[in-house]
Amino acid sequence: MRFDSNAQYIVTAELALAVNAAVTLQKPLLIKGEPGTGKTELAKALAAALDTDLLQWHIKSTTKAQQGLYEYDAVSRLRDSQLGDARVHDIANYIKPGKLWQAFTAVKRPVLLIDEIDKADIEFPNDLLHELDQMAFDVYETGETVRAVQRPVVIITSNNEKELPDAFLRRCFFHYICFPDAEALERIVDVHLPGLSKILLTEALQSFFGLRELPALKKKPSTSELIDWLRLLLAEQVTPEQLKQSRETGGLMPLFGALLKNEQDVALVEKLLFMAKRAR
Amino acid sequence: MLSGFFLTVRRHGVKVSITEYLDLLRALQQQLVFADLEQFYQLARLCWVKNETDYDKFDRACGEYFDGVEQLDLLSAIPDDWLTPGFIRQLSDEDKAALQSLGGLDALLKAFRERLEEQQGRHAGGNKWIGTGGSSPFGAYGFHPEGMRIGQQGSGARRAVKVWDKRQFQSLSSDEVLNNRSLQLALRQLRRFARSGAQSELDLNDTISATSKQGGLLDLRYQRERHNAVKLLLLFDIGGSMDDYIHECRQLFSAVRAEFKHLEFFYFHNCVYETLWRDEKRRPQDAVATTQLLHTYGHDYKLIFVGDATMGPYEISYPGGSVEHYNSEAGEVWLQRLLAQFPQTVWLNPQPESWWAHYASIAQINKLCHGRMFGLTLDGLASAINQLKHKN
Repeated sequence: MRFDSNAQYIVTAELALAVNAAVTLQKPLLIKGEPGTGKTELAKALAAALDTDLLQWHIKSTTKAQQGLYEYDAVSRLRDSQLGDARVHDIANYIKPGKLWQAFTAVKRPVLLIDEIDKADIEFPNDLLHELDQMAFDVYETGETVRAVQRPVVIITSNNEKELPDAFLRRCFFHYICFPDAEALERIVDVHLPGLSKILLTEALQSFFGLRELPALKKKPSTSELIDWLRLLLAEQVTPEQLKQSRETGGLMPLFGALLKNEQDVALVEKLLFMAKRAR
Repeated sequence: MLSGFFLTVRRHGVKVSITEYLDLLRALQQQLVFADLEQFYQLARLCWVKNETDYDKFDRACGEYFDGVEQLDLLSAIPDDWLTPGFIRQLSDEDKAALQSLGGLDALLKAFRERLEEQQGRHAGGNKWIGTGGSSPFGAYGFHPEGMRIGQQGSGARRAVKVWDKRQFQSLSSDEVLNNRSLQLALRQLRRFARSGAQSELDLNDTISATSKQGGLLDLRYQRERHNAVKLLLLFDIGGSMDDYIHECRQLFSAVRAEFKHLEFFYFHNCVYETLWRDEKRRPQDAVATTQLLHTYGHDYKLIFVGDATMGPYEISYPGGSVEHYNSEAGEVWLQRLLAQFPQTVWLNPQPESWWAHYASIAQINKLCHGRMFGLTLDGLASAINQLKHKN
């Protein structure tokens, strides 16, 4: 199977190669890139393409590596012992498999998404080294060893909030998703909003790239914001002429709230547009 | 078999290990790519480069490894008949007309030759030399309208070379994201845990005693989770003599940022006076009065100065001593006020400690800080943190 662009998701040749290499060589693939460039979507598209299950493990600042393996629910066992429940004699009843366990024992080779790994504590990746390398771990409570039936396709995403340890990086393939150029963006929009008028899209993209080129924006609008904005433009029936007019008269684009998520950015853009108008 | 390439990449500062080298060989064995230099470049990057900040280093390494021969070629002149036919073929009739107005093809070629002799090596970017990506009339992938194109219509392999010649990741190759793990681990020493938020953690001791009080009937007790409650105030010296230590400061800064939630940072120049800045550009709109700082943050904040403390002694001890503006109160007055408000203060100095004795101002500041100046090294940081942990 070779992963490639499909009706739902557009990949660059580089990214397709990265995914195919990770699938073939059975190594985790670490994906970085600006927020909103489709890192999480990639895992979904890949699972759909491989026609298999997607297991999503969303990482938070409080997530521990152990939670991905299994959790031993000592409290409910203690409670059951009070109530004289027969289940209490088998400790396995209180072991809850985590996402990694589920991925290891799945019947069909699944896609495991470890989303936003940089949100966790800096020791988190180190705690998963052995598990991702050997695709096996021990359950101390029962003494059993869980070994992957087949190595799952592991996609890891990071937003660069924390540096990942070298030892962890050595075990991964790494790909950085660049922001798509106008042509690729048109293809992406076409997938999400088929039948969008060409004129509106051209006008909108011009405003969009103009916005992205502005220096000092706190959060540059990305693909997902563009698509939201286009959806809004459609819903509000904004015409290409209105877009063009707002750009030429130096005002903010209609429904700018979908693109600019920060009041300082809005103020900055307003100021710059005003200055550009004065200069004309 | 790829060891030459491997060593070139390592020499350019990308830390590739043997494991990753074997990964690439394995990938090639699986025939993920076949006889395509551009794809090979992408595959090698996928296996070997683990950080987008290193992409540019890798591109340069590829440039050196694959383009080495070309570098030599440039020094010898390119014969006319090799250039001219390909060149003419690319011109439309209008181009040819425009060319005539510039003095004709011969004149252009002559200029090319002259420039080739002037030029000492390979070149990319820029607007004069023969190379790639610039706006000089000579070279490939340029923007000069009447430009001469060399090598742009080449074979697939040739085109692949240009992928790394683009060096599109150059802007990512800043030093802002650094390997600051050791710093981060050192800073961890400073953590002070306090329980706050919702009661979500099982309090084992309390549960045991409550259960025994109930005569063995389970009584679960919960407590709040522990959070790092240390509050930090960072004042960075910026500009002037500090430019030499930007690397160290950024390392410290990104480590601190990742580790502490209650973190405020401000910038100053040489010595603290009545104004501090929120932004390293120190624009007027980012200015914050030092008095505001004193009133906003409580005694529980720990204050860390980062600066080389290298300045004229009058900048510290005399009103009007600042190099930038007229300060009605001396720097030491402000320093003392800050020290009074924040008893737990240290000064981190990126200057090597052996130099400290040579600057009067360092001794002055060190005295003002009650001898709590430490070098901006791992050891210095450890001692500084020790100092901050002990309440005085």
